[in-house]
Amino acid sequence: MVDQTPHIAPELQEILAAVSDPEIPVLSILEMGVVREAILEESKAFVKITPTYSGCPAMDVIGDDIKAALKNAGFDAEVKLVLSPAWTTDWITEKGRIALREYGIAPPLEADADKEALLGNKKIVSCPQCNSTNTKMVSQFGSTACKAFFQCEDCLEPFDYFKCLK
Amino acid sequence: MNKDLYNYILGVADNSLILGQRMGELCGHGPSLETDIACTNISLDLFGQVRSYFQYAADVSGDERTEDDIAFLRREREYKNVLLVEQPNTDFAYTIVRQFLFDVYHVLFLEELKKSSDETLQAIAVKSVKEAKYHERFSSDWVIRLGDGTEESHQKIQDAVDVLWTYTDELFHQTDSDIEMVKAGVAVDVTQLKESYYKKVNEILNEATIQIPESKWFQKGGKQGIHTEHLGYLLSDMQYMQRTYPGMEW
Repeated sequence: MVDQTPHIAPELQEILAAVSDPEIPVLSILEMGVVREAILEESKAFVKITPTYSGCPAMDVIGDDIKAALKNAGFDAEVKLVLSPAWTTDWITEKGRIALREYGIAPPLEADADKEALLGNKKIVSCPQCNSTNTKMVSQFGSTACKAFFQCEDCLEPFDYFKCLK
Repeated sequence: MNKDLYNYILGVADNSLILGQRMGELCGHGPSLETDIACTNISLDLFGQVRSYFQYAADVSGDERTEDDIAFLRREREYKNVLLVEQPNTDFAYTIVRQFLFDVYHVLFLEELKKSSDETLQAIAVKSVKEAKYHERFSSDWVIRLGDGTEESHQKIQDAVDVLWTYTDELFHQTDSDIEMVKAGVAVDVTQLKESYYKKVNEILNEATIQIPESKWFQKGGKQGIHTEHLGYLLSDMQYMQRTYPGMEW
């Protein structure tokens, strides 16, 4: 097992933690697992980010936001998009999962459980509003590429489920 | 520049580009809100993949061309996609059967491309196959649901299968550049995928109670740039912005 923990220079940690995903503003890009490396050479920062989904339109914005945040902190930055290793929902941190849930998005389940949930075989995705697992999938595709659309059959609230990607 | 590699990348990328454009046409026109969103999500995934391929093709070309030039400014004969993906959205049955016939191929293809000796293609494949599997699940589900549905939905899926079937064999054809790239360990030898492809497709069609066409006559030509009448119309739509406002970036 290769160590997938990203290497982030301590000086950059706080600055990058303040940059959020434009589509999920409660989630920092570090919690999202999008930043794969951030190193400092003299006063220049080199940041590698990886897309969640190939067509994710947020990536360009995230790249620009990183550059702006680092510039404000006095660093020149170079942001590079890397495809390999491919992003997985496992890289969303525990803190990130809690933030997702509080924001109203059900965080991803494990891969096997995800399949059962999306095929409608098992009711295991719990509603971020009332915690009931009496939920049903409305659509495999949701408001963005990374989400499916669900509805709670108890409190009747519709909600997004962050699909498991491995 | 390595011309065979360049041609090979375009061949792979054009399938996703043209199918992505077809699915994108349904934005705001899908039969229901959920399927509308699904079709455009699939389109977005395909365009994302295409962008990685074209950025790589632009690097390989070694000249001034950008990803946008390569995507938008070629002529019809220079597009190397298979004929299947350019077929029109006649009705939802055609849309979903076309997607299904491509998805099954796409997953098999990307699983093999993951083993390419070319690091960039390998990385794109690892990323894309996860998305392609999800598409395959979606399109297979719909083929089964509609095929094994009402009399009318069954007939519509059967009609679409009968028409689109003639475009499946081309998926396993190779151009001269493809053959060179297979030798170099870069390309997928698509001729090896044929058996698993028809096995998987037949399984799903059986479950959908759809009859598998017996015709042994197949259309071909897309990979050589000889397209059906539909591609010209698609391109005039797709290229409009780039030709009207040269230099636009996507």
